[in-house]
Amino acid sequence: MMTGFGTPTTAQQAGQASNQDKLRELVKLPTTWCPGCGNGIILGAFLRACLKLVDNKELEMKNIVVVSGIGCSGRVTQFLKFSSVHSTHGRAIPLATGIKLANPELKVVVMMGDGDAFAIGGNHFIHAARRNIDLTAIIFNNSLYGMTGGQLSPTTQEGEKTPSSPFGNVERPFNISELAITAGATYVARWTTFHVKQLQKSIEDALSHRGFAVVEVITGCPTRTKKKPSELLKMQKNIRPLRVLKKVEDQEVEEFVSKYYRLVRELGKTGRR
Amino acid sequence: MRLVQGNEAVAEAAIKAGCRFYAGYPITPSSEIMHFMARKLPEVGGIFVQMEDEIASLAAAIGASMAGMVSMTATSGPGFSLMQENIGYTAMTEVPVVIVNVMRAGPSTGIPTAPSQGDVFQAMYGSHGDYPVIVICLADVLDSYLLTARAFHLAEKCRTPVVVLSDEIVGHMRESVTLPEIESIAIDENGKAERPEMPVIGRDPDVYYTGLASEDGRVISDLDEYDRLIKRLYRKIGGVASCKIENGDADTILFTYGSTYRAAKAVIKVADVGIFKAETLNPFPERELRKVAKKASRIIVPEMNVGKVVKEVERVVYGSCKSCEVISVATHRRIDPFTILEAVEMAGRV
Ligand SMILES: Cc1ncc(C[n+]2csc(CCOP(=O)(O)OP(=O)(O)O)c2C)c(N)n1
Ligand code: SF4
Ligand SMILES: [Mg+2]
Repeated sequence: MMTGFGTPTTAQQAGQASNQDKLRELVKLPTTWCPGCGNGIILGAFLRACLKLVDNKELEMKNIVVVSGIGCSGRVTQFLKFSSVHSTHGRAIPLATGIKLANPELKVVVMMGDGDAFAIGGNHFIHAARRNIDLTAIIFNNSLYGMTGGQLSPTTQEGEKTPSSPFGNVERPFNISELAITAGATYVARWTTFHVKQLQKSIEDALSHRGFAVVEVITGCPTRTKKKPSELLKMQKNIRPLRVLKKVEDQEVEEFVSKYYRLVRELGKTGRR
Repeated sequence: MRLVQGNEAVAEAAIKAGCRFYAGYPITPSSEIMHFMARKLPEVGGIFVQMEDEIASLAAAIGASMAGMVSMTATSGPGFSLMQENIGYTAMTEVPVVIVNVMRAGPSTGIPTAPSQGDVFQAMYGSHGDYPVIVICLADVLDSYLLTARAFHLAEKCRTPVVVLSDEIVGHMRESVTLPEIESIAIDENGKAERPEMPVIGRDPDVYYTGLASEDGRVISDLDEYDRLIKRLYRKIGGVASCKIENGDADTILFTYGSTYRAAKAVIKVADVGIFKAETLNPFPERELRKVAKKASRIIVPEMNVGKVVKEVERVVYGSCKSCEVISVATHRRIDPFTILEAVEMAGRV
């Protein structure tokens, strides 16, 4: 490097390069997602959010564990170079619940598809929200079952044609974020893969939150919808509402695992046997 | 000596063996295990959680085990059915976990308060695919204590799921017993097991668990490699078959597992019979059974179901000796000594 020409641009580039290197230490590339799939954008936002919190000394990589379910979204754990668990379809949340209860020091992140989290795993989702357990749930919402061929999911719009709704979807979709809010999640944000900056910021906030935090990410599946990635992104641009929809301060609702450990400690002190 | 209930003995043994995590969902006739754990686990720094269903219960127990805790769940038929997918998952990921099934009369809701041995095949083969699972049968309160403890040690040693089969009779029975000291799995002050061989989340860096076929965190799709993987999984449990034989030289042998053993114990006092008590159904105590069959004229298999394990007995016995006859006594009533005695006398007459 030339000395004396430490212009802001060079410094910035150097900074970026080292950030890229750090990112590469966290992820095995290339992923096996289809070209143009939105999932990579979500993974990128998540990893950058982690790095930022690590830089700020708010988090250590060795304390992060990602638990995923089954689906294209669930594959995410296959690409990570840090601790992760690829669980069974719909069961990422209860498995993560066991990990978190056994080791409260860990930041346990749960990554799920819309079918994974709201069809087969819907019951676990609302109960995790009700408990307000300290998990960060990131929902890859592509409104269909990507892995199995594009069938309808609980977030598919009415009238949508899919291989399992060839004449148009007769059912009404869930609004994931509203559901999360009502079920008791203490942090809820909703973004799309078009809104990368905001998404990353919300993932940072969700990771820093103590309680059940949900980040719904609307993403596109070019393969099953047979739409161009650019077209899908354009559609996402105008979706509303997109923002932090709920944030309850940590002290207002006690988190489940810390409450459990506090009660156990108190039981030990009073010697009630 | 104290009066102990079978279900309580299971729970007490679990804690003494080092179990520090219980996740479950209430169901008759297993709930006393849950109640015991809910009270006692917090006292020893352990964790109890009531989950939203049995699928979640086993998933949480697996998660806790991945994070280093010796963990368990307990249920009965309907809940056991719900757990099947994750039983295969825990076998594939090689994560130790103990699953207690206090059997009741099925199918479906059946007779929730009646005993049964209808779930034996489900315990041995219930999840999809080929996978190893150790299946242990409890015959009485002392078994509930000693064999449950063994279940935890075997789960640790083989890194595999262990299903403990009790039933409504054994679970709700109270007996005067002296419960000996049992060895605990080494656990630290945070309730974590040592597990030097196992990747533990939170302790070791870059742990990766997946239900996909994999070796050392590397996903496998080559079928030769997959074949080797499955065979390796089976080999882990190869040597743990267990049985007890009483009066093994007798001409008539009563093959028992679980609560039918107690009925057979009454019969052996009044008739010249021997008892083969299978303590594990998976792996099946084949070698010992073959030895007994070589000397006996008949083996009677009493079961509280349509006659299931008798098929395993026939496979082993008929495969090795033609002179020994296998007789099934299958009923959905409680197997009492009279039922067995009647079968012994009938067989002797022909
Ligand atoms: C118990 C069970 N049922 C069905 C499947 C098949 N399956 C795999 S992924 C999937 C749906 C995935 O959809 P989603 O959760 O939205 O994830 P995506 O692929 O869209 O990311 C299904 C039904 C399975 N693996 N396990
Ligand atoms: S099928 Fe759709 S969701 Fe799955 S990887 Fe391809 S583009 Fe992504
Ligand atoms: Mg989907």
